[in-house]
Amino acid sequence: MITLLTYIVIVLGLLTAWRLMRVMELVRDLREEEDIITKKDNLFNGRMSMVFMIVCFIGMIYFTIDAKKYLLPISASKHGLLTDSYLYTNFALICVVFFICQFLLFYYAFKYRHKKGEKAYFYPDDHKLELIWTVIPAIVLIGLIVYGLKLWINITAPAPADAMVIELYGKQFDWTARYSGQDNKLGHANFKLITDENPLGVDVNDPTSKDDRITKELHLPVNSKILFKFHSRDIIHSAYMPHLRAQMNVVPGMTTEFFVEPTITTDSMRIILNNPKFDYVVLCNKICGVAHYNMRMKLVIESPEAFKRWYKGLNYVFSRDAEQPKADSAKTALLPTGTSTIIAGK
Amino acid sequence: MSTHSSDQAVHVHEAHDHEHHDTFWTKYVFSQDHKMISKQFLVTAIVMALVAMIMSLIFRLQLGWPNEKFPIIEKLIGHWGKGGKLDPSFYLALVTIHGTIMVFFVLTGGLSGTFSNLLIPFQVGARDMASGFLNMLSYWFFFGSCAVMTASLFVQSGPASAGWTIYPPLSALPQAIPGSGLGMTLWLVSMVLFIASALLGGINYVVTIINLRTKGMSMTRLPLTIWAFLITAILGILSFPVLFAAALLLLFDRSFGTSFYLSDIFINGAPLHYSGGSPILFQHLFWFLGHPEVYIVLLPALGLASEVISTQSRKPIFGYKAMIGSMLVIAFLSFIVWGHHMFITGMNPFLGSVFVFTTLLVAIPSAVKVFNYLATLWKANIVLSPAMLFAIGLVSFFISGGLTGIILGDSALDINLHDTYFVVAHFHIVMGSSAIFGMFAGIYHWFPRMFGRMMDKRLGFMHFWLTIVSVYGTFFPMHFIGLSGAPRRYYAYTAYEGFDAAININVLVSIFAILGGLAQFIFVFNFFYSMYRGKRSPQNPWNSNTIEWTAPVEHLHGNWPGEIPTVYRWPYDYGKPGAPDDFIPQTTPYTETKNSNLPGEG
Repeated sequence: MITLLTYIVIVLGLLTAWRLMRVMELVRDLREEEDIITKKDNLFNGRMSMVFMIVCFIGMIYFTIDAKKYLLPISASKHGLLTDSYLYTNFALICVVFFICQFLLFYYAFKYRHKKGEKAYFYPDDHKLELIWTVIPAIVLIGLIVYGLKLWINITAPAPADAMVIELYGKQFDWTARYSGQDNKLGHANFKLITDENPLGVDVNDPTSKDDRITKELHLPVNSKILFKFHSRDIIHSAYMPHLRAQMNVVPGMTTEFFVEPTITTDSMRIILNNPKFDYVVLCNKICGVAHYNMRMKLVIESPEAFKRWYKGLNYVFSRDAEQPKADSAKTALLPTGTSTIIAGK
Repeated sequence: MSTHSSDQAVHVHEAHDHEHHDTFWTKYVFSQDHKMISKQFLVTAIVMALVAMIMSLIFRLQLGWPNEKFPIIEKLIGHWGKGGKLDPSFYLALVTIHGTIMVFFVLTGGLSGTFSNLLIPFQVGARDMASGFLNMLSYWFFFGSCAVMTASLFVQSGPASAGWTIYPPLSALPQAIPGSGLGMTLWLVSMVLFIASALLGGINYVVTIINLRTKGMSMTRLPLTIWAFLITAILGILSFPVLFAAALLLLFDRSFGTSFYLSDIFINGAPLHYSGGSPILFQHLFWFLGHPEVYIVLLPALGLASEVISTQSRKPIFGYKAMIGSMLVIAFLSFIVWGHHMFITGMNPFLGSVFVFTTLLVAIPSAVKVFNYLATLWKANIVLSPAMLFAIGLVSFFISGGLTGIILGDSALDINLHDTYFVVAHFHIVMGSSAIFGMFAGIYHWFPRMFGRMMDKRLGFMHFWLTIVSVYGTFFPMHFIGLSGAPRRYYAYTAYEGFDAAININVLVSIFAILGGLAQFIFVFNFFYSMYRGKRSPQNPWNSNTIEWTAPVEHLHGNWPGEIPTVYRWPYDYGKPGAPDDFIPQTTPYTETKNSNLPGEG
């Protein structure tokens, strides 16, 4: 019964709407406006243009101030501080151009709205103006290009020889890290060697693999030099460490690299953010399958001492080799060279 | 050229006599008339756009309220939304197909297909396209491509879900994601058909513009729309074949076991045989099309906007030659900037530097265009028609989105922003919204030329203001989701700590997206209603100079009943001092306008 009534109401509603439309059409045809877009229309849209612009500007400024709390905290890597300040320089520049151009656009729409019988100012060309607004953006952009490339070249320059080499290994849908050990060399690996016990396919016969250790939680000593080498076993992932302003794609069949110098420990960042639960992360930032959004690894940046303690408890790639005797005898020796340099430097 | 036209005139005159023989099939379905084909493209594009828009609203519901259940989702997509909860793998499918449809079917096929077809013969003064038959094929390949893509939505394993950029190995291995099964094959087949359509269309457009211009229509008397379509068509002809090659090689890898893109893969507990390929190769090939594609989408929109802005400002476009020059420079640069999509793929950093340089150079011609638009509006006499409003909206988005492009084009800054929501916000404004606003401007402006009736202006105003508010409301906050470090293509941000921005801002974004989506139904209603019941259009509703408005309101084969009008001047003599009206059509000779001629004219 109720369904029937609903249908009747809908049908009646449609009929009414149709009749209303007919009436509106008749009125429209009777009115016979002289112009298609009338003075009233121009006034309405001109005013709307101003209202829209003002509301938009206020809304954007208000939102930006409010959303400041969401922005990434201060960069926890050396190069990130530089790119951040460069980013904000860019934003400052952009904001100036944005507000001027948008203001002119919507203000002109209001100010120069159609007035009957008047004529626009016939002004088809001006070579001087054209030259000015070609050359000025060109100069500004050359400045940006030069500064940006200087940063880029520094960031991507070959890593110093004493940087600690760590492999970040991506697969659907988790990350594994492999520390290169005392020799600071990653043992050779091949996807054909992958088994349940040897998930990275590391070659047991390669002597440099003997001291490699693996973990599902990445730890980095603060103020150290880290060279990440990325490998993937299946499809393209992207290792994204937003707090370190670091990202590199992880591509099957090839090695990619990123050099980073972490500067703020997890504990310090927790104090800065006033959030005792804060943790750094490595995210996957290249669509990699159904659980893409769940692919992440905890990242801990800590003092070299704390790192040393943690590192000693790590498993070797080949667990047979990780048995007692070695772990006891070699305390600092087990640390990768990069780290020992840092500790010695202190 | 004049012989051409008169030959054609004779030919068309004959055709004219046979007009009543048109059956339903030859008139509405297998039509070779550019006007009908343009309508076919437009209606197909509107339908596809609605499908893609509803998809985006479904995933906006998921992103905005990840813990809620929406029974409507189950109604719309069946078992993929069991219990009103969107399936994570179908989320990726929605994102992929939304992007594909919008970029290719709506903003490439729909935009170029509709307006190149409608305006090229009308504005250059031709009876029809150079080849009506190729033109018909172009539409039917497009239709076939849309049909295959739509069919792929109903495949059991789901449609393609590797993102609209379909990077292998994800798109190559069905083991990696269910959508890379039959769904991906259909995606590739659809794309091959689409490329065929784009090429058939493009070749036709170029030939028509070069060969079939009417008497007096020199290249420097062409409206900017035609220049934009010409450059767009050339871009398409040069870049789409590369996508074809990329798709073909991917098809080989998928079906015949070759290793163009694949190497060293271990998946589902077993190593695969592929060796020696490079996934990066695909990205190079894809973006060699992909970046010009951005301008294939944008240039026609800018062309339409230029024409609308000049006409409705009642003032010549400022710097006509600079506008053409900047389009040419943009088109040239668009071929050597593709690497800016790949800064962090492990590409050689020096090569990255080169791409930074070329990419940021694009900002110069873009800035010139914006300033020229502003100069056109300065001291103008602006008729704020719905088309003009949308053209102004386009310029606004072109500014906003172009500026964030300066940031993303810088490799050092791209490291931290790549593949975050900042990118999503950037290209939805500069490419998506700009181009769709250009398309709306074109539809509102040339609707009378298409259907002989006017669209309702009040609904048009409503549509515009609601849409521009929703676009900024949707995409402005999205930048901040990106700046908070939230990756794109995530099904949910609630599984872990640390995504407060994505969770909270997404609610606002989704609300505006839904508002914007609903506003489009005003347009759809206005479009189809006005097609049948709109007010009859006068001969030249916008007092425009271009010659399409000299053809009779009722369509006929060959466009003009008698001889094709001769053109005597450029199309932008608006508001000329000394002239009685504020416009002088291109068909008016200088001898008739003694009072308004500038030195050197006539």
